[in-house]
Amino acid sequence: MFENITLSFQSVWSHKVRSFLTMLGIIIGIASIITIVSTIKGTNDQIKQNLIGSGVNAVVVSLYQDDYQYDMQYSPVPSGVSVLTEEDREELLKLEKIESVSFFNKRSWADNVYYQNTAYSGEVYGVDEYYFDIYGYKLSYGRFFMDSDYAENRKVLLIDSTVCQNLFGGANPIGETIEIGEDAFTVIGVIGQSSEFTPVINSLSDYYMYMDQSGGKMFMPYSTWPVVYRFDEPQTVAVGTASTDDMTKAGQVAADYLTSNKITSSTFSYRSQDLLEQAKQLQEMSTSTNRQLVWIAGISLIVGGIGVMNIMLVTVTERTREIGLKKAIGAKKKRILRQFLTEAAVLTSLGGILGVIVGIALAQLLSYLMQTPTAISVPAIIIAVVFSMIIGILFGLIPAVKASNLNPIDALRRE
Amino acid sequence: MLLELTDINKDYPQGKDVVHVLKDINLSVEEGDYIAIMGPSGSGKTTLMNLMGCLDVPTSGTYILDGENVAEANDNRLAEIRNGKIGFVFQSFYLLPKLSAIDNVALPLLYAGVSKKERRERAKVALENVGLGDRIDFMPNQLSGGQSQRVAIARAMVTNPKVLFADEPTGALDSVSGEQIMELFAELNANGATIVMITHERSIADCAKKIYFIKDGQLSSERGGTSNG
Ligand SMILES: Nc1ncnc2c1ncn2[C@@H]1O[C@H](COP(=O)(O)OP(=O)(O)OP(=O)(O)O)[C@@H](O)[C@H]1O
Ligand SMILES: [Mg+2]
Repeated sequence: MFENITLSFQSVWSHKVRSFLTMLGIIIGIASIITIVSTIKGTNDQIKQNLIGSGVNAVVVSLYQDDYQYDMQYSPVPSGVSVLTEEDREELLKLEKIESVSFFNKRSWADNVYYQNTAYSGEVYGVDEYYFDIYGYKLSYGRFFMDSDYAENRKVLLIDSTVCQNLFGGANPIGETIEIGEDAFTVIGVIGQSSEFTPVINSLSDYYMYMDQSGGKMFMPYSTWPVVYRFDEPQTVAVGTASTDDMTKAGQVAADYLTSNKITSSTFSYRSQDLLEQAKQLQEMSTSTNRQLVWIAGISLIVGGIGVMNIMLVTVTERTREIGLKKAIGAKKKRILRQFLTEAAVLTSLGGILGVIVGIALAQLLSYLMQTPTAISVPAIIIAVVFSMIIGILFGLIPAVKASNLNPIDALRRE
Repeated sequence: MLLELTDINKDYPQGKDVVHVLKDINLSVEEGDYIAIMGPSGSGKTTLMNLMGCLDVPTSGTYILDGENVAEANDNRLAEIRNGKIGFVFQSFYLLPKLSAIDNVALPLLYAGVSKKERRERAKVALENVGLGDRIDFMPNQLSGGQSQRVAIARAMVTNPKVLFADEPTGALDSVSGEQIMELFAELNANGATIVMITHERSIADCAKKIYFIKDGQLSSERGGTSNG
């Protein structure tokens, strides 16, 4: 076998140009697959890092109707769902894995919010005093809400740095007035997350969209919410846990509790959407879009394989005399078959290895030019090389069988 | 008897017809024999040698080689027989151009499963026996025709075959080189090798101990009549 491999290398080497051209299809196919897979892995690693590694172990438990998240912005206050109370907070805190609980209301794309003539289209929250702890918000300047803000339903706002930038161009916003609907709110502070989600990902449109939703956040006391929006809107719940691993469990028990205690209608339910799960979904999305690309690259591998088959058939014809002589002096069919299969496999494996190198280089280049993340996947490299070897064996089969079936008499007769 | 052919026939299909190339051939070769088969072009010499050399099987008849009925052997067994019991020398040498002289000679031993070290040693001895001990690492394109044919003979003899078949071994050589090859054959035969040689040159055939003639697929011995062993 070793002998065969050495001979195959010699044979490949003695036809350098031809071998390279034959390998080209395989090289291109494997290189594109490695590039795609490196980008997928880089993106996935980054999604996970961005979502999970943000230091926030918070699970959002929100209201669903049938299988859709219930959006208060476009839907009436749901019947059969009661608002959450201080009592519920205490009950939730007793449950497994739950460390902290916050209730809040939210509008994702707020209408009618203006600073002077500038419209704001970010998110508006009505939050309790626990919210900022769970999400790790720190005060940049100004002040947080005070008890009296809640007690007196004051029209005061905390804004994040994005809003500060978008509406005030970074100037000090404290004391400025933002109009929400008919009401004038006073900005009392700017807050920021200690470790914010920083979207570095540009390659993945889905992820980009997800990140785009956070075009800024502004917060008012929950008690002020009904003044601007509506009474009796059931809140969304944020559950804080001690560790990332607890998130899924805590989300489930909270959702179960809320569904069975706060809902009488059968179409509504509370469901948790923890970040782990979201990360997985995002990763799946990015993987499935890119998997289609892998299929396309796979086609070029098949085309490459056909090229290999073609050249191997030519080789068999060229080497008819050699085959005939070898058979005449006692080489069995099996040996001839193995010789040509090895040669095809060596050819495509070499193409695979070159393809991996080109692919990694390409991924790095792409990463450099387009700021996409990239990560080398060792299993992908191994699979790529093994796969190209298999392609060689598969497409080398017909030429090899042809060679091994040559009749030595006819083979020697041919000059 | 080392080789015993009885009523051997060989047909080739030719469109709707069949070409009857060999007709009821009977031939016996003893160990240590040195025979020549002569005949005009197209008479069936090569066809007969292919059958005797186990490169092909007859349409009918029996062929016993070293006690085994070869006419009924399968492809794999025929390859084993060719490898272990038979040596071939062809008109145009058929050396593999990318292998050195010694590697060409060692090739049959590879198929016999001999270790690398022993292959080299035995190939070297075989090359020395044909007078090419000083050219073992030459490539085929660096050898003259006569030298190439001697490498081919070394390759045929390296396995110590029961019988050596030579199809026009001097056909591609000048007369001096041809004579040298004939001297080598005589020497091999004197050392016990059995040789079956095909030629259409009388002077070459005369080197053998016995001469057979083939014409239109029918074999006859020199002393007249159809040979019967
Ligand atoms: N595969 C084949 N199919 C059909 N006919 C064949 C085949 N092989 C040989 N023949 C025919 O058999 C006859 C004998 O051929 P063979 O090669 O044995 O002749 P030969 O005596 O060796 O001639 P030469 O001296 O020219 O080498 C020829 O007429 C040839 O056409
Ligand atoms: Mg002939």
